[in-house]
Amino acid sequence: MKSRIILFILGFVIWCLLSWVPDWQHMVVGVFVAALVAFLTGDLFIQRPHVLKHPQRYFYFFFQYVPIFLWEIIKANIEVAYRVAHPALPIRPGIVKVKTILKSDTALTFLANSITLTPGTLSVDIDTKKSVLYVHWIYVKTEDTEEATKIIVARFEKILKRIFD
Amino acid sequence: MSDIIGLILISVGLLFDVFGCLGLVRLPDVYNRLQAATKCVTLGTCSILMGTFIIVGFCAAGIKALLCILFILLTSPVAAHAIARGAHRSGVKLCKESVVDRYTEDKEGEL
Repeated sequence: MKSRIILFILGFVIWCLLSWVPDWQHMVVGVFVAALVAFLTGDLFIQRPHVLKHPQRYFYFFFQYVPIFLWEIIKANIEVAYRVAHPALPIRPGIVKVKTILKSDTALTFLANSITLTPGTLSVDIDTKKSVLYVHWIYVKTEDTEEATKIIVARFEKILKRIFD
Repeated sequence: MSDIIGLILISVGLLFDVFGCLGLVRLPDVYNRLQAATKCVTLGTCSILMGTFIIVGFCAAGIKALLCILFILLTSPVAAHAIARGAHRSGVKLCKESVVDRYTEDKEGEL
């Protein structure tokens, strides 16, 4: 039920932003649309609503995760641009296996998204039972699982663990 | 002033989009192409939208641009993830320069 209410509020806010400037006709339609969406998909949205109550999680998210994430995206783009524009095409692709200590679905989703948007890596599959991610790497520096984990996952894992677990 | 910053951001975005498309043509197999497409096109498009937002400010179009940035950042890696997984499961091989494929090794072990 909590999850449905949160989804309703979030959906209504996004509806209002999309139909900016808000007037009462849009708002009334928005209430019905948000209620329908919350009714149909509400139980999928958040499994553990108590996580939303801690202000320090928002602080870590906006002041630790977001800056690192943006910086890594910019680095990733420059790296891909370099590899693509280089005449010799310096690639050494492969799929490596990395381990993770994260457990919750949201954290794993954010980890996979971060891996995809950071330099040279693209998450291919997750095995939640063994807590293993398969990552396609455009320039494989090491085939060893431990070392690859250290290079790819470690920089996000600590922050995400504090935010989502 | 905000016009100049916006135009610079839009130019940078276009540049990265061009690199993304170049990667789509030059790189050898589906996974490498996804890398180029996802990364460069995500930042390129976000940068164009950010430039639009800076030029028009907090009006209807600007707020929609900001929302689009949020949704692109959330959805584009998920789409890439789904395509890569689907491609691998339906048997698309990695290109011949590839050095290692742990995913196939583990899957063969299970069968």
